[in-house]
Amino acid sequence: MIIDAAGRDHRSLNEEIRKGDSDITINGCLGQRFIASGMDNVRILINGTPGNALGAYLDGADILVRGNAQDAAGDTMNEGRIVIYGNVGDAAGYAMRGGEIYIRGDAGYRAGIHMKAYSGKLPVMVVGGSCGSFLGEYQAGGMIIVLGLDKERPVVGNFCGTGMHGGRIYLRGDIEGLKLPKQVSCKKAGSDEMEVIEKYLVEFSQLFDVPYEKIADKEFHVLTPDTHNPYKQLYVQN
Amino acid sequence: MPVDFMYPEYEIARNDSRCIRCRVCERQCANEVHSYEESGNFMLSDESKCVNCHRCVSLCPTRALKIVKSDHCFKENANWNQAAIKEIYKQSGSGGVLLSSMGNPERYPVYWDKMLINASQVTNPSIDPLREPMETKVFLGKKPERIERGPDGSLRNNLTPQLELAMPVMFSAMSYGSISYNAHESLARASRELGIFYNTGEGGLHEDFYQYGENTIVQVASGRFGVHREYLEAGAAIEIKMGQGAKPGIGGHLPGEKIVGDISKTRMIPEGSDAISPAPHHDIYSIEDLRQLVFSLKEATQYKKPVIVKVAAVHNIAAIASGIARSGADIIAIDGFRGGTGAAPTRIRDNVGIPIELALASVDARLRDEGIRNNVSLVAGGSIRNSADVVKAIALGADAVYIATGALLALGCHLCRSCQSGKCNWGIATQRPELVKRLNPDMGFRRLVNLLTAWNHEIKELMGGMGINSIEALKGNRLMLRGTGLNENELGILGISHAGE
Repeated sequence: MIIDAAGRDHRSLNEEIRKGDSDITINGCLGQRFIASGMDNVRILINGTPGNALGAYLDGADILVRGNAQDAAGDTMNEGRIVIYGNVGDAAGYAMRGGEIYIRGDAGYRAGIHMKAYSGKLPVMVVGGSCGSFLGEYQAGGMIIVLGLDKERPVVGNFCGTGMHGGRIYLRGDIEGLKLPKQVSCKKAGSDEMEVIEKYLVEFSQLFDVPYEKIADKEFHVLTPDTHNPYKQLYVQN
Repeated sequence: MPVDFMYPEYEIARNDSRCIRCRVCERQCANEVHSYEESGNFMLSDESKCVNCHRCVSLCPTRALKIVKSDHCFKENANWNQAAIKEIYKQSGSGGVLLSSMGNPERYPVYWDKMLINASQVTNPSIDPLREPMETKVFLGKKPERIERGPDGSLRNNLTPQLELAMPVMFSAMSYGSISYNAHESLARASRELGIFYNTGEGGLHEDFYQYGENTIVQVASGRFGVHREYLEAGAAIEIKMGQGAKPGIGGHLPGEKIVGDISKTRMIPEGSDAISPAPHHDIYSIEDLRQLVFSLKEATQYKKPVIVKVAAVHNIAAIASGIARSGADIIAIDGFRGGTGAAPTRIRDNVGIPIELALASVDARLRDEGIRNNVSLVAGGSIRNSADVVKAIALGADAVYIATGALLALGCHLCRSCQSGKCNWGIATQRPELVKRLNPDMGFRRLVNLLTAWNHEIKELMGGMGINSIEALKGNRLMLRGTGLNENELGILGISHAGE
C-alpha cells in the first residue's frame, strides 16, 4: 500500500498504517511524529523526513527511512528494525531493549541513552558517521557501534558512557584524547569482540552499500563498564 | 573508632516473668535482634539491630515484649539535636550519602490539620447517608468544553477516555521490587473489589497481575523498566512519572542485589544489574517534549487510555501544572513532600518540595484562572492519612487522591522506616521469600477493602453534614473549609477564610 503523507497528521497516518497491509510505502513524509508507534508485523518504507519519536515502543516492525529522521527515533523500542539512510536527531534509541537501528549518517546528542538488554533481547545501534555528546549514558546493556566513516576525529562528543553499567560501545578508528568516566574501561577490540559485531557490520555494509573492507580498514576500540553496580558505595543507612 | 559507636535508639523491654522462651521473637526478627542462650535458658537481645517495627511485640504470645525509646542521651541542645549529631558521625565514618525511607518525618506544618470542615445547621439541612443516596463516584480525564449534538439532536459522545472510580481514592505508585509480590497482589485485588485503581510504579507489571489490568495504572518512568506494548495495553491508564514527592528532582535506584528472579523478569533487565532511573527523562527537556511522550503513548495505545503525568509538588508547581494541562495529558497527579518512598537520600526527602495542600490549592486556582481546569483532572497525593484529608483535598480542588503509606499501614507496615534494608519483617518492603509469605494477600486485600470502605462511609457522612450529596458538588468548594492558626498568606494560597469569618 502506498500512502501519500501530504496533509495528514500523525493520527490519521498511523490509522492508515494499522489497516492491515504488511508492506507500506509512505511518500512525502514531512515531520509527522510517532510513525509506527508500538507496531509489529509491518514493513514501512518512508520517503521524506519522519518527525520525532519514529518507531517508539516498536515491537517488531521494519522501518526504512530514505531521508533523515528526527529526535527520539526508536524510543523504548522492544523489537524490530529501523534503517535510516540519512542522519538522525537527538536521543535515538532511548532506553531501547531490543531490535536494531542502523543510521548511515550521524546521530545527535544522547544517542543510546539507557539502552538495556534482557534475556534473548540484545539491542544494537550502528551509526555510520559520528555521534554527539552523552552517547550511551546510563547504558545498561546492548551494543552501540560508531563507525565514523569519512570523519575526522572525534567520532563521539563529550561525556560518552557516563553512568554506563552494562553493554558495550564500539568506536572505530582513532580515539586519542577521548575522555571517559572512571568506571568505563577502554581497550582495542580483540578478535572475540569483533566477532560479536561482525554480522551487524556486514548488515550495515549491505544496507548502505558501503564496502565491508572500508569499514574493516581501521581498528575498533571497545568500551565496557567495570561494574554493574556503579552506585553501590555511595550510601549510608540513616 | 569509638566516636562511631552509636548507643542504640531503642531498648527491648522483656518481662522475664512473662517470657515462656517460645523463641517466636527470635524466629520473627529478620534483623536478628533476639537470640536464645541455651545454657542459662534465657533470651538475649541485641537492641543495636532493632528498627522498632513491632513484629516481635505483635507476635509475642504472652505480651512479654515492648520496645521503648532509650533514655540514653546527648547533652540537650535544641540546635544540635541527637539526629543531627548522629548523622555527622555516620557520614564522617563512611563518607556516604544518608539514605532513608518512607515520607518526610520532620516537623513541618501539616495543613490538613489546620483546616476545618463545614456542616449545615438549620438552613440547607444536612443529609443522612443512610436514608438518601450519596454519590462518591468520580470520572478522571479531560472533560469536553461543550455538548455536541448530531443532526437529529441526539447527544454526540465527545468524551476522551475516562477512569471511573467508585470512590475518589486510588493506590499510588509502588513498584514490584520496592514492595513484595504479596503486597502487589493485595493492592490489585483490593482495587478490583473497590472499583478503583492501583499503580505499578516503575517496576513493570508481573505477568500474574495482567488479569487486574482494568484496575491497573501502568507507569512509565525515566528508566522505562518493563515498558513494552503489552504492558502499555494492559493497564486502564498510563502514568508518566516525572517526579515523586519524597525525592523531587532525583532519580531512582534499585540496587543490583534486589534484581533477582521475578523482579528481573518484570523489569526486563538482567539479574544483578542495578536498576537506575535517571533523574530526568532524557527525551524530555520541555513541555513540548512532554507532549511528545504523552502522544507517543497515546499513539501506541490508539487513544484508548487516559495519560496521567505525575509530578512532585515544588515551588513553581502552578506554572508547571499549567504546562502539563496543555500537553495533552488527561490527568495531573501531584505528589506532596510528605510522600513515601522505598529509599531516598535523607537530605532530599527532608528538605525538598512543598506541602501538597498548598500545591493543590495553587494549581487548582491557576488552572481555573487560565480557563483550562477542565482540560485535566487533578489527583493529590503525598500523605493523605484519613477520610477527612480526602474531603479537604477535594474541597481544595482535587478530583481524587492517591494513598500509599496509608495502604501499607493497612497491610501491616509499622512505619519503622527501614524499607531500604530489604528486611521488612511484615513482608511488605522485601523480596525474601520467607518474609514475603508473612503477608497473606487474602488478608491484606481484605484489610485494604475494609479501610477504604470505612473511608467511603466517612466521606459520605462528612458530605451529608455539609448538605452535599455528590462528590462533584464538593470539588473545589473551598467555602466548605476554614483555616485555624494560619496567616494571611497561607489562607490566600489555600483560598479559604479563617475560622469564624
